Parts: sequence; structure tokens; C-alpha cells
Amino acid sequence: MKLPLIWLHDYCRPDVSASELASRLALTGTEVDRILHHGVSEADCFIVGRVLSAERHPDADRLSVCIVATGEGDTAQIVCGAPNVAAGQTVAVAQPGAVMPDGTKLGKAKLRGVESSGMILAEDELAIGSDHAGIMILDEDLVPGTPLAEVLPISTDVLELEITPNRPDCLSVYGVAREVHAATDAPLTAPPWQEDSGSAGRVPGFDARVEAGDLCPRFTLRLFEDVKIGPSPPWLKARLSAAGQRPISNVVDITNYVMLLTGQPMHAFDADTVAGGILTVRRAREGETLTTLDGVQRPLDPDVCLIEDAAGPTSIAGVMGGARSEVSESTTRVLMEAATWNGPNIQRTSTRLGLRTEASGRFEKQLSPEAAMEAQAIATKLMVELCGARVVEGTIDVLEPVGSAPFDEIELADRTVERILGVAIPREECAAILTRLGFETRDAGEGLNVRVPHWRRDDVAREADLVEEVARIWGLDRLPVTLPSRRDAVGRLDVAQQLRRRAEDVLTGCGLSEAIGWSFAAPSFPQRLGLADSDPRSRFVTLANPMSEDQSVLRTTLLVSLLDNVRTNRARGNHDVKLFECGTVYVRREATDAAAHSGPGASERDAAVAPSAQRDAVLPVESTHVAALLTGSLRPVSWREPQPPQADYFAVKGVLAALLDALRVPWEVQAASEPFLHPGRSARILIGGLDAGWLGELHPTIVGGWDIASAAGFELDWATVAQAAVHVPHYRDVTSFPAVRQDLAVVVSDDVTAEEVLDQLRSAGGKLLRKAEVFDVYRGEQVGEGRASLAIRLEFGADDRTLTDEEVGVRRAKIVSTLAERLGGELRG
Amino acid sequence: MSAMDQLKQIRFEAQAAIEAAASSAQLEQARVEHLGRKAELPNLLRGVASLPPAERGSVGKAANQLRKELEAALETRQSDLERAELDARLATDVVDVTLPASPVVPVGRLHLVTATRREVEDIFLGLGFRVAEGPEVEHAYYNFDGLNFNSSHPARLWTDTFYVSEDVLLRTHTSPMQVRAMELHAPPLYLIIPGRVYRRDSDATHTPQFHQVEGLAVDEDITLGDLNGTLTTFARAVFGDERKIRLRPHFFPFTEPSVEVDVSCFNCRDGFVRDGSRCPLCKGTTWIEILGAGMVDPNVFEYVREFGYDPDRYTGFAFGMGLERIAMLKHGVTDLRLFYDNDLRFLEQFG
Repeated sequence: MKLPLIWLHDYCRPDVSASELASRLALTGTEVDRILHHGVSEADCFIVGRVLSAERHPDADRLSVCIVATGEGDTAQIVCGAPNVAAGQTVAVAQPGAVMPDGTKLGKAKLRGVESSGMILAEDELAIGSDHAGIMILDEDLVPGTPLAEVLPISTDVLELEITPNRPDCLSVYGVAREVHAATDAPLTAPPWQEDSGSAGRVPGFDARVEAGDLCPRFTLRLFEDVKIGPSPPWLKARLSAAGQRPISNVVDITNYVMLLTGQPMHAFDADTVAGGILTVRRAREGETLTTLDGVQRPLDPDVCLIEDAAGPTSIAGVMGGARSEVSESTTRVLMEAATWNGPNIQRTSTRLGLRTEASGRFEKQLSPEAAMEAQAIATKLMVELCGARVVEGTIDVLEPVGSAPFDEIELADRTVERILGVAIPREECAAILTRLGFETRDAGEGLNVRVPHWRRDDVAREADLVEEVARIWGLDRLPVTLPSRRDAVGRLDVAQQLRRRAEDVLTGCGLSEAIGWSFAAPSFPQRLGLADSDPRSRFVTLANPMSEDQSVLRTTLLVSLLDNVRTNRARGNHDVKLFECGTVYVRREATDAAAHSGPGASERDAAVAPSAQRDAVLPVESTHVAALLTGSLRPVSWREPQPPQADYFAVKGVLAALLDALRVPWEVQAASEPFLHPGRSARILIGGLDAGWLGELHPTIVGGWDIASAAGFELDWATVAQAAVHVPHYRDVTSFPAVRQDLAVVVSDDVTAEEVLDQLRSAGGKLLRKAEVFDVYRGEQVGEGRASLAIRLEFGADDRTLTDEEVGVRRAKIVSTLAERLGGELRG
Repeated sequence: MSAMDQLKQIRFEAQAAIEAAASSAQLEQARVEHLGRKAELPNLLRGVASLPPAERGSVGKAANQLRKELEAALETRQSDLERAELDARLATDVVDVTLPASPVVPVGRLHLVTATRREVEDIFLGLGFRVAEGPEVEHAYYNFDGLNFNSSHPARLWTDTFYVSEDVLLRTHTSPMQVRAMELHAPPLYLIIPGRVYRRDSDATHTPQFHQVEGLAVDEDITLGDLNGTLTTFARAVFGDERKIRLRPHFFPFTEPSVEVDVSCFNCRDGFVRDGSRCPLCKGTTWIEILGAGMVDPNVFEYVREFGYDPDRYTGFAFGMGLERIAMLKHGVTDLRLFYDNDLRFLEQFG
């Protein structure tokens, strides 16, 4: 909200600069976005003048040559283009040297050969209004030569305030004045609604009926007769303009002025267009529509509150009026409405209809019923003063008893203040602060009894709320700087968190950089990855209100984000990309397994137990995955390695091995494919017999969809990994009994996998075989077509003795015979 | 020639040959010539027995001595020659030391968000907090109701929050874990909760997903002063020991009192940078907003009273900060969207 300081100063004028005031407000809870300036930057050279004579310009029909009194007997000749200029007028004059609001500096000029020393001003030239049809005519009592700034707000600083939703009272000049008073202790004038020239009682010829009392705690109307519609006086226009409102006509300007001053929106009806003289507040009917002022026909429902007269609905309550009963130039009788609406209901309506107005923005924060009559009081005074109107005896006032219930006192114990803030604030100081904010306080032994003013009723209801009020004005900069005493708290990462950090460090150590992808994906991603509809990864979560189609569902696999990231890098000229992500994937639950896991490997967060379980049943299954994707060269090209190896199955398997071995996770792979993987270069990752994820080169057609020629990667379910990790390894003797190492080369058929050979070898080797690793593979003439020779390094050992040659020999013989029997393996060489 | 004269002659010739040897090969030749099986000295030694008894002792002794002497000379010469030969070989083995190094696989980097998250976690671990995470697709109860958001709070609007269904949404902050954590653990509770959150917003300083770290401390005597001290410690750890913080009153549904927290600008002096221009980071205000915080609202405790949170007995503070914001401030990143492009040229600068 825009607060012109010149307006604020009517009610509270602290002796500080605009920026000092802004920072004081910021530190007491009213955020100031920025300080603007409205109007001219320097008020010098702007004065009141009187037109002594106005003659037609000899060479230009539209120009007048005026002699203007500028005070102390001085006169100036000014050429003026306004059609309404005439002798005898009191006008606003800019003299040479004046700097106009747009920054141009006025000098002496010749217009069609006639000298002109200055300018007679129209409203828009001072940013007071938008009227440029003619010059502004001032009150004739003003003395020529008087500085213009003394009679018109032509220059003011404006604070643009950010008002938090709990403080609708601060969406008003007087409300902020109260805050300024509390924050600076500068005196606050009595509220401008203290005197009301209106009266209570029935209004002849008019009535109101509230059928939806739950949506309308108060509905008030006053009738004005002999209203003369016309422009508002410059002072009013200037204030509205400075506050960001466009002046329209006196009656409409009064409703806006009252709203800006008190926070209570008003609506002016042309009383003669209110059919039947009765206004009814009711819920809209199912299927009903209404065309609002903006010309849009809006479908309504019974949660929308309407105001109607005998001829049907005229406005959507609290949001927007209708054209039928609007005030026009010919209006002479005005029904002035000030009402209180149900805040949440107004918010719902304005959201549903996509209609936000100054009024709805205030009503939705729940105004108090008392505010309605405060607004009527000021409006009455202005209607009489500015429109020559006569207020008709009586006020229609339909007040729901609920909203007007007297509010209780709240206790504010001294020790509560200290318990929450960590410092004691003397009771008298608390009382003084609360009083400045409009609260009534009474001493009560251990603290204060506090009555909440109506404009804070919705926001301050508990002791803690009062502590906040006291603390913010007392000064948060005076708080002690202490740490919690923490008698029983130890900070540490749990095992899973430590493992995750280790995993991230291993992967960066392997040369992969960490990506953080979008959780969002396009709904087409399962098709792009070739996933079947029955695949759990096709069961994505769909957003009801996405920002775009491309981000309308949640990913079920990290692969889709990594592919996006690789493509981005390639598009920007980086063809060697090695990325990993450790992030969440989201799988929609099937109707049948409301509380169960969605499939092998899927795991839920630890919070899924106890109190939240029932609510969690409607949530998707979230799992953390770790995935990597590599494309291009594994190492940078260099003079020593002009053609470094490319990212392929074995490169990625190396990364996987580094990761899992570092975490001490026992693992193996099994040839198996995924729709998005190369059928011959892909595998499942098994951990303790559980399927933990996939590994392989991506299918060329699939990666082609991301403009990538080839890439390889893996994706692991992190919970499966973490559960299998050996976090506390047990010591194993390595020094007492040396191991015996032997190599073995065995020729097997090509379709026998290395893992099968090692499996046989391990079972034949028994406990004494500690390690067996393939260190070379040979295919060629020497071993024959369709066969491969695997060179294997064996390590034998026992924990309690050094093995004899004989013992090792027996094992080796067993291995050789087993390989021959089970796999047709022949010893080579 | 007497045997002794002969020995003299051998010493003279052998020593000359050893000294003259210019390579290992020549030295070996000298050795064979003078100490080899067919050489004069060994012959002489073998013939000692046949000498007259009076000469036997002195000649034998002298000959043996000469052999040892020559062997030592050979060894010395040998090692001299080897060193010279190695020196010569090394002298010719010259590389262009200015050529680029053989690349090791360059290490990758943690994402800036992860690096920042760890930094924040470590600070609070040191202050006695533990780390917890929670679901990102969240029940509206935990995201709003249990945090004292009234039913018409604008944050609930479909324009602000991503919904999956009426009751299920993408969490808009990490605060829902406050309620979940209190349901699971009785006080005292000292927790931070890093995680991904979502809001319907997109420009240079807003992305629809970003990361927060929530903090929650509940104990019998937690005060706003404790929040002040805890966040001062945090701000100094992240932004430098000279930093101050400032609490500004604010409004959040789930804290009372609520504050926004500014840290004193670390980029300027009194709002101006070295060249005299206004500081772009704090916009000349000398303060930078870093997070929102406050004392846990008693209404929030009411939602978890049955789990041991009696608002008359316990007080608590809570805070929430944007990790990207901390990272942007600290590292001078100007566009939030860079965090999710995952361009290696960006990633490799941090972590």
C-alpha cells in the first residue's frame, strides 16, 4: 500500500526523515518496500497566482496572453493554452526555474513571438490528477505569491508498504499512523471518525435485508440527497493520486478516500436506480450468472454472496459492483453502503472468479463490523462538504449479533514475557507500548489484563500475541544473544546420512559432477523411455495445476532428468559429460496397495510409521535413488592420450563398483535389459539377492530422443544400498599367516559368463579361497572359435595357519575338475 | 726377476689399467687381464707353495695384499664409472617440462546446493541439532493445517501451491516436518530439516522447485534470545565472524512472535562498495534478508500436545531458510535458474 507522508502527517508527524521513518517501521514490523516521491521534487518556484487579464494571442487563436499577479505587487506575463483561462481566476503558477514532475526545468520562452515567464498549471502537470482539459482553478481566498506547497500537496514522499496478511488495519492511513505513533511515540490525533453528523434509525423509503448473515456480519446504508456530482477539489485529488488511486468524481473519490484512510471499503449506489428501494444480501443460486462492471458474465454458486434489489442482482458482495446502480453524472441521491463481509468467503469468491479489487483485498482479511460505521461517519462529513449533499436522517444498520460480541480480556503475565523473550520487560513499559497500539491495559498482580481493540480482534487473541506486540515495539535489537542450554541434545548424522555423504564423495572422486534435476517431467517421459504402461515407472504423480505441460508430472526415475541435463550440456558445446544425481523419485500408489510398497526396491521414508500413517496412505511412494549418466570421453584428450576411452558399459560398471565397494556393499550383476537399454550391454544390479537397479549402455534410439549418440549409466535404489552397506567393518588378521597367490587360465565357451566361472570356482575353492578375480580375457586362434580364455587370480589363505602347498594343491585340483565338469572349462597352458 | 719385483710390476700395470678404463666394459677387461683366472697375479699366488720356504711367507702375504688392493680399486672405479654413465644417460633424457601434465581423471563436484546444505548441516550439528528429512509430496494437513494456517490463507491457493488432489500437494516449505517430527519424538527436540520444496513461481529469483533448511528447537526454556544467538552463530559461520544479524518483526502463521532475519552486508562498507557506488548486494541498506523465524506458535503445540508437547511447559523456536538464496549471496550467483540447468561450467565452479 502506498502511504503519502503528507497524508500521514495529518494524524501523526514524527520528527524524522522519510528514510528514518521507513527503517523504524521496518524494525517494528511494517515492511517498507521502497520510498517513492510523488509530485514535484522541489516546491520552489510553484506559487499561487491570480489572473489579472487574459487577452487573445495576436497570432494564435488558441493561446491567451495573461497578466498574472504573483504576489507583493509583482506580475508576470504568461502565455496560456487552456480554453478555460479567464481574468479573476486564482491559479497555480510555475515560475521560471521550476522543475516539473517529469524533470524538465522551466525557463522563459517566446510563444509565437510573445514572451512567457512561466506556466499556469493543469492538474496533470502537477501529478495531482489526470485532467488536462484546462487549468486548475483554486480557492479564490488564496493570496497570490503564497507558496503552492502550502495549499496543495504538490510534493510528498510516499512509503510503499508491504502489509502482512494479519494486519488489514494497516491497509489504511490512520492504521499506519497508529503504528507510527507506537513506533516513534510521536503524538497521534484523535480518529477522524470521532464526530458523526449522521444519526441512527430507519431511513424512509429504503431498507436492507440480510439473508446470508453468516457471510455478512454488518450491512449499513446512509442516504444523501441534493448531491452535486462533479470533480473533487485538488487537495483530495492530490491525495488519491499520491496514494495511487485515479480521481474520478467527488462521490466515487469519497468512497476511495475513506477506504484509504480507514481501511473500510465503501460503495455508492445511485439511490434512484435501486429498484424497490430495498437491497437484499443473499447467496447466489446454483447456475445463476451476473455481468460485472468489467462486462464479463460470471457463473456463480451458492458460496458467492450477492447484493440485489427488486430488479435482481446488482453486485458481487465485497468484490465488484454492477453497472445498473452506479453513480453517474445525473445522480442526485446517493445510498452509501459500508458493510462487513466474511473474509474467507470473499477470498474464495475473488479467487474463483479471478477478480481481485482494492475492496476484496481488504475484506478477505476480515474487517471488524465497527469499522463500517467509522467509514460512514467520515463519508457523511465529506458528502456534505464536497458534494453539497444533505444527509437524510437515519442509518440502515443490519448487524449480526455474533460479530459484535464483547471480547474478553487477555492476561499478560510478566513471566510469560520473560519466558518467551529471554529478557524481562517492566510491566509499565509493556502497558505503555500496548496503550500506544490501542489496547486497553489494567494492572493485575502478576501482570496485565489487556483488552484488544476491534481492529486487532482477529489477530491478537492469546498471550503469545501480546508478547509479540510488546517485543516488536520494545525493540528486537535489545534481545539477549544466547544459545539454548541443550541439556540433552547431541548433534550427529545418522548412519544413512553418513553413507549418503560418502556415496556423493566417492562419485565426485570418480570424476562425476552432481546434478540436481527437476522433480517435474513431461507426461510423455515413460513413452520416450519405452516403458510399458504396466511398468511401475509409468505410474507417475500428476499435478492438478502445473505451470506447464512439460512440468506437469513428477519423475519416477532419475534417468529422465539426467538425460535432460546431458542434452543441455551437449547443446552448449560440452560433449564429455559425467553426471550423477542423488534425488527423489515419486511413484503413485496403486489403488490396491494403499499402504504397501509399490514394488521391489521401492522404499519409504522413516516417517511412515505411527501417527502420520493414515494420512501418508494417500501420498505417493517416495524413494531416494542414486543414478549416473556418462557420455563422451572418460578423460580429457591429451598429448599422451589423444583418444581416451569412451563411456561404455564397463566404464560405468567401474563407477558403480567404486561406489558400492567403497560402501562395502556386496553386489553382483546379471545380464538383463530395460526397454531403454542396449539389449546386449545391460544388467540388473543385485544386492543381497534384491534387485537394486539397472546398469548399462542406453539404447541408441532412446538417447537419440535427447540428441545423444551414446551414453551409459546406472540407477540404484538408495535404501537397498544403504541397508546392505557395512558401516562398521570388523578387523580381519592380515599379518600372521601369509596368503598364497596363484594364477589360472581357463578356456570356456563364449556363452559362459565370467560370473558363472567365478561362482563355480568359489564353490569348489571352499573357505580357503579368499579371492578370485578375472584379470584378463583372451579370444582368438589359440583358444578356438566361440571360446574365451579367462585369466583368473586366486588367493588362498586361512585365519589360523599358513597353508601348505599340498592344501592349496588339493583345492586347485578341485577347482580345475569342477570347471571341467560343470562348464566344460579346459586349463590353458 | 724376483717374485717381489714381479708383484711391483703387476701393481703398476694393473693400477694403470684400472685408472685408464673409461667404461664398465674396459674395466671388466682390466679385471680379467689382471685378476682373471689366467692372469699373472693368480698364477703367482697359485705358485707360492713352490717357492723356497724363506720366501713363501712374505711373497704370499704381499700377493694377497695386492689382490685385495686391486679388487678395492676395481670396485671404486666401477662405482665411479657407473655414476658417470648414469649421469650421462640422465643428461640426455630431457623432456619439455612445459608440456601439459598427464591428466588424472579430474574430480567431479558436488552441486552448489549440496555443498551449501552440508555447510549448513555441519554448523547445526555442532550446535547440537540432528538432521531429518520428510516427504515432498505432502498432505495438506502437515503443510498447512497443523502449522496453524487458517483455511483461507492465500498460500493455499492453487495459484501459489502445486496440488495433486484436494488434500495432497507438493510441500511449499520444509515446515511440515516440524509437525511430523514432533509426532514421532517427544521433547526436547533439536532438528534441522533440509529438503526440496515447491511453489508456483518462475523468474530469475524464483524457480518452481528450490531447497530449504528448516530448524526446530523445542525444550523447556527456549527463548527468542536463544534464536537470536543461534542464528548469529549460524550467520557468522557462513558469512564471516564480523557479521551481525537483525531481527525484524514479521508474520508467519506457525510462529509467534515471528521475525525476518537480516545479516549485515559482507560486500560493502556502510552501503557503498570500493568504487563509491551503491552496494548491489544490500542495495545500500547494509542489511540482507536471509531467513524467516520465530517462536513456535502455541497453536502448533496444540496439534501435537498428545505427543508430549504441552505449550505451558515447552517453548521452541523455528526457522526456515532457502539454500539457494544462501548460496547465491555467498557466491555471487545472480540467476537462480542456473541451479537447475546443471551446466558443467556452472557445476565445476563450486562444491
